[in-house]
Amino acid sequence: MNAPDSVGVVVAQKAQFDEPLHLRSGAVIDRYELAYETYGKLNASRGNAVLVCHALNAAHHVAGVYADDLQNIGWWDNLVGPGKPVDTEKFFVVGVNNLGGCHGSTGPASINPKTGSPWGAEFPVVTVEDWVAAQARLADHLGIERFATVMGGSLGAMQALQWTIDQPNRVAHALVIAAAPRLSAQNIAFNEVARQAIMTDPDFHGGNFYAHGVVPRRGLRLARMLGHITYLSDDAMAEKFGRMLRTGSLKFNFDVDFEIESYLRYQGDKFSDYFDANTYLRITKALDYFDPAAKYGGDLTQALSGARAAFLVVSFTSDWRFSPARSREIVKALVDNHLNVSYAQIEAPHGHDAFLMDDVHYHDLLRAYLDNIDIG
Amino acid sequence: MNSADRESALSGRADFEAIAQWVRPDAQVLDLGCGDGSLLRFLKDKRGASGYGIEIDDAKLLASVRNGVNVLQSDLETGLSGFESGSFDYVILSQTLQAVRHTEQIIREMLRVGREGIVTFPNFGYWRHRLQVFLGGHMPVSRSLPYQWYNTPNVHLFTIGDFESFCAEHGVRILERAVMDRGRIVSLWPNLRGSLAVYRFDKGQRP
Repeated sequence: MNAPDSVGVVVAQKAQFDEPLHLRSGAVIDRYELAYETYGKLNASRGNAVLVCHALNAAHHVAGVYADDLQNIGWWDNLVGPGKPVDTEKFFVVGVNNLGGCHGSTGPASINPKTGSPWGAEFPVVTVEDWVAAQARLADHLGIERFATVMGGSLGAMQALQWTIDQPNRVAHALVIAAAPRLSAQNIAFNEVARQAIMTDPDFHGGNFYAHGVVPRRGLRLARMLGHITYLSDDAMAEKFGRMLRTGSLKFNFDVDFEIESYLRYQGDKFSDYFDANTYLRITKALDYFDPAAKYGGDLTQALSGARAAFLVVSFTSDWRFSPARSREIVKALVDNHLNVSYAQIEAPHGHDAFLMDDVHYHDLLRAYLDNIDIG
Repeated sequence: MNSADRESALSGRADFEAIAQWVRPDAQVLDLGCGDGSLLRFLKDKRGASGYGIEIDDAKLLASVRNGVNVLQSDLETGLSGFESGSFDYVILSQTLQAVRHTEQIIREMLRVGREGIVTFPNFGYWRHRLQVFLGGHMPVSRSLPYQWYNTPNVHLFTIGDFESFCAEHGVRILERAVMDRGRIVSLWPNLRGSLAVYRFDKGQRP
């Protein structure tokens, strides 16, 4: 039996698109598939749809579990479900794996119909704009003209923001959580180290490792370990691990001494088992390239001048990756445009990952905002 | 006083009415220290006003979101640097001026960001307050000043006379004034008989 607040067993679906997608890079993808899941029911006026955009390592499995894998709980299951802040009794929720992903949507590991072998290095660089364009086609496919809400955390929030710019008439509300309007040099630097870890792994084979029957596991592992450090706060790490030793005493060798080392190795290993190296490269590039203000000489206010949505912007005090100051840049641009926006800065110790945590005030706030949304 | 009295005094329905009468239809307003957002809600419903509240407290911010008004979490003491000059018709400070540490800075910022400012505050010169100090020998506790001296958020208590001197000294032009007691307008001896003051002001004429 399912807990009363879980969407329960869910089934991933696929939508096939045969109309070519012109990407920001100039490349064209003729045909592609998107993996997605839905929870709740689309109402008669089709006004209750919520799109949940994923960040770096997540995908379309937002809530619930799979019948053949009950341990595989959706990545935002604490937020999405019947009676939860994103209430599936009220909303029809859509989760989608982005183009270039490795969880079922067309990506570098998919077969390129032109060659009959995996795309690999040939798969184009995709951007947040490209993802929004592909998501809009999925909305067409599902009969959703306008989303009641497009939401996400981190890179997911950037997609929500891009939606309000590219599809102003198709999004009523945007929930922009733990975001930044563009990456800082430091953010890009971290991404570049992660990419170098992958690309210098001898098993990477210039991105065509599929043909060699290997995976650049060491590179992926390092990329993930590095990423993980940036998702947590110094305090959260101190609280969780401190200087705790794995076996109680120092070993005087280079095996695991400290718990934090063990934790990072475990996270790295787990990640390298399921994540595609080429997808990782492309997602970090999409992050680096995200900069809606660039077209307007860096003026974010102008970039958002065509937006029509109402916004809830949320930041977390201990997030040093995308700090509250970065969210306030977004808020300022929205206020300058006199758009409807509320902004909350949540006192949370967990760092960037706080957006995934089950914090009472944070969830109360999302619930309060979403409860007021008119679904027609 | 009981807690219901205290709440109605704090929510200041009387000053809401006065403010709503002054605010022109469809105005853009910024409400500093907006609490649960009920003034913004009131102005939205009565005058079609839009805008934002600023609130630092988590619980009040949440209440504002529930009230369906725009609210931005920020500390007033750090100023209004996130707002462009002249971007609002009115910047309102409702029953908060006495709790703000840097009075001059906040009034200056109000008139930078807004074309006009509106403040409401409890009048320390109200006769009951005076009596409590002079005869009772204690800091006043009343509907408009519901706190004990040791748990009050108020850091500056002042009178209508003090505020008007402040305005004169700082080049602030008073456009309108409403002084009230228990929801009624007081015209005779307002500094003595009024418990709550509401002012609308601007930068005045620059020479």
